Amino acid sequence: MPDLIINGDFVRVPESVKTVTNLLAHLGLDRQVVVVEINRNILGKNEHKDKEVRNGDRIELVHFVGGG
Amino acid sequence: MLTIGPHEFQSRLLLGTGKFLDFNVQREAVSVSGTQILTFAVRRMNIYEPSQPNFLEMIDVKRFTLLPNTAGARTAEEAVRIARLAKASGLCDMIKVEVIGDMKTLLPDPIETLRASEMLLEEGFIVLPYTSDDVLLAKRLQELGVHAVMPGASPIGSGQGIVNPLNLSLIIEQSTVPVIVDAGIGTPSDAAIAMELGADGVLLNSAVSGAKDPVKMALAMKLAIEAGRLGYEAGRIPKKRCGAASSPLEGISVT
Repeated sequence: MPDLIINGDFVRVPESVKTVTNLLAHLGLDRQVVVVEINRNILGKNEHKDKEVRNGDRIELVHFVGGG
Repeated sequence: MLTIGPHEFQSRLLLGTGKFLDFNVQREAVSVSGTQILTFAVRRMNIYEPSQPNFLEMIDVKRFTLLPNTAGARTAEEAVRIARLAKASGLCDMIKVEVIGDMKTLLPDPIETLRASEMLLEEGFIVLPYTSDDVLLAKRLQELGVHAVMPGASPIGSGQGIVNPLNLSLIIEQSTVPVIVDAGIGTPSDAAIAMELGADGVLLNSAVSGAKDPVKMALAMKLAIEAGRLGYEAGRIPKKRCGAASSPLEGISVT
């Protein structure tokens, strides 16, 4: 079971979560505008499908919220 | 027509999306405001609540140009990171540089703002820095090549209106890029005055989102900005110390 650090929290995900696309689907965030950063590297949307997530990865998931 | 980098806009109102209490009211306010540019902030998602409502998903994104801000950044480096995250969404190429230097007044840090603007220009962003109303800072930003300068009317969310119209006028007179008065607008008359001074646009948020009736205030702001712009283009009369009669002084019928 890979352990990830997502937005500062330790999160354990199933073995079936191999890629960023898998991870977003697992978290139920696959229908939203979401930007992913792994270990300080920001991913383009087209990279989600192939980018693997590994044990210990530090992942930031951000989106747009109301602001001025 | 308001031109910012490669983008052209009919509306001169830029509307923030923060602090609205109700998404439906917000959507209606956005609609009646006629705005074509919406600002957003970039924040961590709540991964435990995937169905959390998000305003961006309630509007037709293609109808608007998104202007994410770098709010939350305290340094140029942090601002650049937030800008990169925003751009990676694939939804926008503009960035409002917002580097707050003091949490009490929320005034922008001029040095970090300048540094961040320079770094983001190098990366190809369309850069719109939120600045104080310092005339020389606006000039230095312009010389860097920013696509618009956005001096504050007064501190963010203060609703104090334009506290230094002289500085704003000087910024506008010297500017070769659009000047958008950003922050501190409280009333439609504040927005109209900014436009009468010759501003190219006004960016506001709290004045609408915090109004008793945000939809009505959004319309008031739209009309005020249009009125102010028309007044500026029409050219005001000079001020005189004494009266100048509007009616003819001859031919008065007296019995």
